[in-house]
Amino acid sequence: MTSSLSAISYLGAAILFILCLGGLSNQETARRGNLFGIVGMAIAVVATIFGPQVAAAGLPYILGAMVVGAAIGLYAARVVKMTQMPELVALMHSLVGLAAMLVGYANYIDPAVSANLTPAEKTIHEIEMYVGVLIGAVTFSGSVIAFGKLSGRIGGKPVLLPGRHWLNLAGLLLVIWFGYAFVTAHGVAEGMTPMIVMTVVALLFGVHMVMAIGGADMPVVVSMLNSYSGWAAAATGFMLSNDLLIVTGALVGSSGAILSYIMCSAMNRNFISVIAGGFGTDSSAPAAAGAVQPAGEVTPINAAETAELLREAKNVVIVPGYGMAVAQAQHTVFEITRALRERGVEVRFGIHPVAGRMPGHMNVLLAEAKVPYDIVFEMDELNEDFPDTDVAMVIGANDIVNPAAQEDPTSPIAGMPVLEVWKAKTSIVMKRSMASGYAGVDNPLFYKDNNRMLFGDAKKMLDEVLVALKS
Amino acid sequence: MSLQIGVPREVFPGEKRVATVPEVVEKLIKQGFRVAVEAGAGDAAQISDDAYRAAGAEVLADRSRLWATSDIVFKVRAPDAEEVGLLREGATLVSFIWPAQNPDLLKQLAARKATVLAMDSVPRISRAQKLDALSSMANIGGYRAVIEAAHEFGRFFTGSITAAGKVPPAKVFVIGAGVAGLAAIGAASGLGAIVRANDTRPEVADQIKSLGGEYVPVDYQEEGSGVGGYAKVMSEGFQKAQREVFAKQAREVDIIITTALIPGKPAPRLITEDMVKSMKQGSVIVDMAAEQGGNCELTVPGEVVVRHGVTIIGYKDLPSRLAKQASTLYGTNLFRLMEDMIKTKSIEGDAVRIDMQDEVLRGTTVIDKGEVTWPPPPPKLSAAPPAQAAKPAAATVKAKGHGEPGEPMSGTKTAVLFGAGALLFLLIGRYAPPSFLGHFTVFVLACFVGYMVVWNVKPALHTPLMSVTNAVSSIIAIGALVQIAPDLSKISADLSRPNEWIRWLSVLAIALATVNMFGGFAVTRRMLEMFRK
Repeated sequence: MTSSLSAISYLGAAILFILCLGGLSNQETARRGNLFGIVGMAIAVVATIFGPQVAAAGLPYILGAMVVGAAIGLYAARVVKMTQMPELVALMHSLVGLAAMLVGYANYIDPAVSANLTPAEKTIHEIEMYVGVLIGAVTFSGSVIAFGKLSGRIGGKPVLLPGRHWLNLAGLLLVIWFGYAFVTAHGVAEGMTPMIVMTVVALLFGVHMVMAIGGADMPVVVSMLNSYSGWAAAATGFMLSNDLLIVTGALVGSSGAILSYIMCSAMNRNFISVIAGGFGTDSSAPAAAGAVQPAGEVTPINAAETAELLREAKNVVIVPGYGMAVAQAQHTVFEITRALRERGVEVRFGIHPVAGRMPGHMNVLLAEAKVPYDIVFEMDELNEDFPDTDVAMVIGANDIVNPAAQEDPTSPIAGMPVLEVWKAKTSIVMKRSMASGYAGVDNPLFYKDNNRMLFGDAKKMLDEVLVALKS
Repeated sequence: MSLQIGVPREVFPGEKRVATVPEVVEKLIKQGFRVAVEAGAGDAAQISDDAYRAAGAEVLADRSRLWATSDIVFKVRAPDAEEVGLLREGATLVSFIWPAQNPDLLKQLAARKATVLAMDSVPRISRAQKLDALSSMANIGGYRAVIEAAHEFGRFFTGSITAAGKVPPAKVFVIGAGVAGLAAIGAASGLGAIVRANDTRPEVADQIKSLGGEYVPVDYQEEGSGVGGYAKVMSEGFQKAQREVFAKQAREVDIIITTALIPGKPAPRLITEDMVKSMKQGSVIVDMAAEQGGNCELTVPGEVVVRHGVTIIGYKDLPSRLAKQASTLYGTNLFRLMEDMIKTKSIEGDAVRIDMQDEVLRGTTVIDKGEVTWPPPPPKLSAAPPAQAAKPAAATVKAKGHGEPGEPMSGTKTAVLFGAGALLFLLIGRYAPPSFLGHFTVFVLACFVGYMVVWNVKPALHTPLMSVTNAVSSIIAIGALVQIAPDLSKISADLSRPNEWIRWLSVLAIALATVNMFGGFAVTRRMLEMFRK
């Protein structure tokens, strides 16, 4: 394959990637979008393997590596449970980060790459390498920690070292200092030390950054790491003067950045403050003392009464949260939905943009349970309908239905858009106990006159409700 | 010794309502009040003295004694001069007052050192809805207006085809979709009529539809919502466009029910004599604004007249014509007010001290211990959100990426951003070699493409999008591929290349990236398969 042919194949692959992301913006076109992505990737890989940059001698190694990788990847994709999607995605980000690191190192120890460069080009190339490895390392360690937090291997509570902002700043200065040493170094052996030191610092930085972020902010972190993995690819592209890598990396990077931004605005939080970490510690400690604690009686209810309420309703809105994912209750939720719809009850789902632990988490779970997506609505589409809703059922969600966000300006979540379930004629909250949500804020919803509490494990309670409904 | 609530008989001619009913008396007594009712107070509303007695009230035949012994007096209509004279000094009066229309009454009551709560001045905020007597009365009035219209109208409301011939459905046009208008729409469509309605506040269109009416818009851009969810006076241009709409409706419909009121102003004249002339013979107009002068030019307040073959009903006492229902609702409103007063400690023991910090009580109180406190400061919240409140809401919607263009940035922010961008570009242009610039161009453009493409994504697809971008980012494999085995013949032999090291690093990188590549696409596919309609 000539170099022109491989270049034009790259162009085709880049276009297919753009179409792929564009297709993913809508359910109707999403499957085709995914197909575009697969075709684009196939073209890119084939054009590279048979292109001028790869000699035939490398083929066995390539084939071997790809077969192993593909087997693992396909296996993982097949066995993963939909509730584990956030973990899987985080883990995959870490692989991209690690690959970017390895490519950077391989590139650095290859003297052929920089043999014919002018001094200015050489400096730029070294900076590119340095940055590529840096981003790769942060992505890698950050994603591993995110994976640990999402899969419950590491506690969800933010871990805050004293003076953490200073630590980060010191890390940044260290990285810049060694960057200078790296660029001015003569030869590979001399540059390797700063490179390795920087990698260690970057890895530590990634760990530290994600450790400091609370569980409720995980959607932002996951999409941010997604963005980083893109930037890592783009940096590698600069390093290798490969436009396809640059284009694709930039596409992924900017899309992840936008997702993070969307998540942040859904929580009414500043991007910087999420990344700086420590939600539910810094902000809520004084507020918890200062804010008016909601008081009053909560009205408990049992499963049979819940079924009774649902049966008599015309209009039901179900608001799922992380609790539904934890209890794996989505299938029971669908069974209840179906039973109610057969009775002529209009059932809809209200999804808060940050419900769950990654963007769109709830939608995926409901889709897995075969809930048709045209009865699943976004917060904004549904909020004005709550006054006409007979029963709003909240399953394992707390902060996203907290009226304090609107009513109490001193609340740490003040101003965050929430689902206004308390405007429904009756709201039922399913919860294991009266504990507060991730934000550590008490929820005045529980004390409202028209609210009922159904205590217990979501799955068990919903099963009972379903039995009561069918009897 | 607890506070006594006195309920005198209404003296206004034709007034059939009474300020409390036996059911409410029971609740009041439970709250610790004593209740005294004037003999015959409930007669016109079909409530006997015995019923009051059975509920625990004391029935007093002596009118002046009732007034003299009561600490709190419940009334429906504003008191006349004689009743003001009967009111004990320092007592509390709860009633409709209409302070704007009755400044003299206010002065007289103030002279009695009375505390007066005007049920027509309850602020229109959600918390106060349970004591909003205007709404409960308007609700009844709207219903009764339809009944009165049906009474005068010579035909069925509902269309039907009978053995004796076809009956077309009646067409009803309701002007003003406040509480009264909405009640009228609901009642008329319940009787089977075709109902159309107009209001200067476009946000009520949905409420009209929800009750079975059809919203007739006035094609003229002007926001008609005033403070507190009431209508306001409209511009001349709007009024002209409105008259044209009304004239057209007048020619088509059989029944017009007008409910247009503007607080503190005479009712707007909306139906002209020419419009009445253009209506069909036998048509009916119910002018619910008759008390404030009427929405129709030909209305005679308090009477039913026939002009140009059209019956014009100008009753001022529509709620009173449903006396028992109106009394029950009004009595309940008053009870809720008492509850609020107890809750805010405005009534404690034997003393009435209005908590003027409470927004609802502050608005309702027009005289506090002889001191005129009307008008209250404007309410902080209104039923319809004011224009400013709508703006941030719109901004949050935009921020969620529904493809709408964001708000334009402020001038300074844009300038700073562009300045920083220009500086960055200048630096790069000054120092970077040409080969870098080519890549840089591609990079920046790709960022923008990514931004444009992803901005429209539906929130439901965030997870699939992330897993697909994750799969796509395994393009990093290309980086490893080009290094694994370059054409070694092109590399000058004097360079010592650590081939083994590079190869194994690359193999590892390829394997890692491939996990992602296949896993990412496969899992995305699996997820997308699940999204079914």
